[in-house]
Amino acid sequence: MAINYDEVEVGTELPAQSFPVTRATLVRYAGASGDFNPIHWNEKFALEVGLPDVIAHGMFTMAEAIRVVTDWVGDPAAVVEYGVRFTRPVPVPNDGVGAVIEVSAKVAKKLEDRRVQVDLLATSGGQKVLGMSRAVVRLA
Amino acid sequence: MALDPSFIGRSYPPTDPYEVGREKIREFAIAIGDANPAYTDAEAAKALGHQDVIAPPTFPFAIAFQAAGQVVEDPELGLDYSRVVHGDQKFRYSRPVRAGDRLTVAVTIDNIKSLAGNDVLTVRGEVADETGEHVVTAIMTLVARAADEAGE
Repeated sequence: MAINYDEVEVGTELPAQSFPVTRATLVRYAGASGDFNPIHWNEKFALEVGLPDVIAHGMFTMAEAIRVVTDWVGDPAAVVEYGVRFTRPVPVPNDGVGAVIEVSAKVAKKLEDRRVQVDLLATSGGQKVLGMSRAVVRLA
Repeated sequence: MALDPSFIGRSYPPTDPYEVGREKIREFAIAIGDANPAYTDAEAAKALGHQDVIAPPTFPFAIAFQAAGQVVEDPELGLDYSRVVHGDQKFRYSRPVRAGDRLTVAVTIDNIKSLAGNDVLTVRGEVADETGEHVVTAIMTLVARAADEAGE
């Protein structure tokens, strides 16, 4: 169901979501995206370059975060702008459980042309992993 | 050694067309765990007004990043890619990428600056379809960590 601009206010919260990520998730994402940097699948390599563990692709985290918006509006084409800063990596331990990316979002501004700015908050292990994370979305 | 700011504004020739396949979009949607039917079901996409299945918002990054390889590998610029991390990423869409698109990317170096000894490089990829119409702009900031920090 499309979200109507007139029914949205500054502060309206989008339904929050949690996205689990395991080593298998990262291998699959590496294949689909073509990003085979070994820091995303080779623990020995990741440790050698000073990382705490294998880390998730930043673009994977970015892809998960916007799902909170696209699931809210229904049509992904409603997203007209989307930007993030990669502030902190998401370590993904090889323990069969992995990590969880928690994403919440709220309407921060109502703009012209039935567009709104949505600010996103993405955390993992209690730490913020994306900064300046916002989307501009055209509503019905 | 700091990157030469005179490279700001340098443009690279548009890439050869990348043909967007339905199955590539499906593979990507599965990889990010996103079951939105607009990515996999042409009828569902058409019901939303699209000609064919569309791609998730971050899908164009792979195409733009491949094009940015021209900058990363430009011997005159001399970027040490082994020290590079992705600082931030922005997209501005005219429309979603869709199956059947033949996309070219024209890359420009928008900015080069030095921040706490790190080189910060902003690369813009203008993604256009086969008719030359704008589809999406992908702006990536790449941070090349200072050499003395890399050995930590």
